[in-house]
Amino acid sequence: MVVLVVMLCIYLFPIYWMFSTATKSKVEAFALPPKWVWKPQIDNFRNIFYAGAGGALGRVRGIEVKPQPSAFLRQLSNSVVVSFVSTILATFLGALSGYVFSRMRVRGKDDLLFVILSSRMLPPVAIAIPLVMMYRALGLFDTRFGLIIMYTVFNLAFAVWMMRSFVDDIPPEYEEAALVDGYSRFQAFFKFVFPEMRVGMVATAIFSLIMTWNEFTFSLLLTGEQARTAVPSIAHSLGTAGVNWGHIAAGSFLMVLPVVVFTFLLGGNLIRGFTFGAIKE
Amino acid sequence: MSDIRSTWANRVSDRGILYLFLLPTFGLLLFLVVFPLIWSLYLSFCEYSANAAKPPIFTGIQNYGSLFREKEVWDRFVTTGRFVFLAVVMEFFLGFFIAMLLNREFYGKGVLTTLFILPMMFSPAVVGKFFRFMMDANWGIINYILGVLFRIPKIAWTTSYEYALYSVVITDVWIWTPFMVLLSLAGLSSVPRYLYEAADVDRASGWFKFRYITLPYVAPILILAVLFRTMDAFRFFDVVYVLTDGGPGYATQIIPFYIYKLAFSFWRTGRSCALAYILLIIIIALSNIYITYLNRLRRA
Repeated sequence: MVVLVVMLCIYLFPIYWMFSTATKSKVEAFALPPKWVWKPQIDNFRNIFYAGAGGALGRVRGIEVKPQPSAFLRQLSNSVVVSFVSTILATFLGALSGYVFSRMRVRGKDDLLFVILSSRMLPPVAIAIPLVMMYRALGLFDTRFGLIIMYTVFNLAFAVWMMRSFVDDIPPEYEEAALVDGYSRFQAFFKFVFPEMRVGMVATAIFSLIMTWNEFTFSLLLTGEQARTAVPSIAHSLGTAGVNWGHIAAGSFLMVLPVVVFTFLLGGNLIRGFTFGAIKE
Repeated sequence: MSDIRSTWANRVSDRGILYLFLLPTFGLLLFLVVFPLIWSLYLSFCEYSANAAKPPIFTGIQNYGSLFREKEVWDRFVTTGRFVFLAVVMEFFLGFFIAMLLNREFYGKGVLTTLFILPMMFSPAVVGKFFRFMMDANWGIINYILGVLFRIPKIAWTTSYEYALYSVVITDVWIWTPFMVLLSLAGLSSVPRYLYEAADVDRASGWFKFRYITLPYVAPILILAVLFRTMDAFRFFDVVYVLTDGGPGYATQIIPFYIYKLAFSFWRTGRSCALAYILLIIIIALSNIYITYLNRLRRA
């Protein structure tokens, strides 16, 4: 038990350090030996949302510098919009396909499922070149819409497998009874099966949301100024010397915080998600 | 009943539903995965640079041939192999060890387990970025702690030939050990308790119980976990990008990163597509084994 707690402390140290760096002043963050006691401040969290942050705010040489919203604010809002829209799309389409794969006879079902899951396993760089060319040709490059459809595909494979496993758990008697009562298959699905899939859809959606929120490569390659999401922009300030690590820590912490909440919400469905519905707890 | 029957929804047949429900999924897949794949297959047989005005020139298997001949490509495969092996082995043992510790009843088990799971849910790019900060040679906290506790001289984690790959491995281990914990726990909790009780009655040794009761139950799920991690490690990209940028030199240029460099820094589009296809074949082969295994577990 003691071993366990010690290991947990070592293990979670980077998260603590992220928080501490984010709430320290610039001097404190680089102090060696490190400051274990400090006065927490929220400057870093405030400054990442304003352009020219890092001291340029307020009065500079007698001229009032009005705070301008920074690029990070736009990128964060891109992250929110893109992840929510693509999650909703992927979960809904995944629910439809998952239902078909669970209940109906489909020719070459195993092969189709294999193709779907393989698309999730692809290294993004493997299809990046033609994708970038295609996106530029179609005017999808650097648009939220382009990123949304990419993430929808990216999450769809996961959603199909996940929803199939959840539909497997719903007794087929539900829709059979409805069919006997004279409902069409279509109505039976939306009136009786679909509501039963709620729990599964919530779990699938949370997973998709986290994955999209965290995604780096596609956003790096398929966007420029306008549609870039927050993760690649945090990551992209390369080099160690001239980088404001307090800001990076604050940005990182903001990215990580919702994920912590959502992970706790997932609870018992974690293992199911990571094995694409194969192992249930 | 007549009101139900008169709607258009009633006229959709079972076949119709099948196509209606599957169409969007496969439409998107064709458009954004299959089509780019075919295109890049074609480009992999061409001499082509995406930022030049010249159209692709078909050269047959020349790209593949030159890839297999060049030493620096092999070096990168070796780096990739070392990375995958080191990372997966460390994650496996560390993860299984933590899972063994977690596998008993105590107050707050759920919360503690979830806390161990957290790093896996974070964005690897963000984590990599922050590890770069912590691993800085001069003012990084990791060197400081190592120095105070073990009097180890400062290590240039991300910028020296000796340690750069290890810094990538350590970051990957931090992120993905939870995966092994999660799957090992699932395996361990599937072992029926009565088997241990029966073994206790027979006064079996701890090793005996582990070898003949625990291991056979846990093994299938552990194989699954290792397979998945191996496959995933082959597509590892983000952390290298932010942590070492492939450097120093090309000490940490694992294959996915090298593909990225070829494609978007050196603009050797044809060649990068060929290498991407080689990587693709490795990953598809691994994922084939993985999915077969997954289906077997699903049916069991």
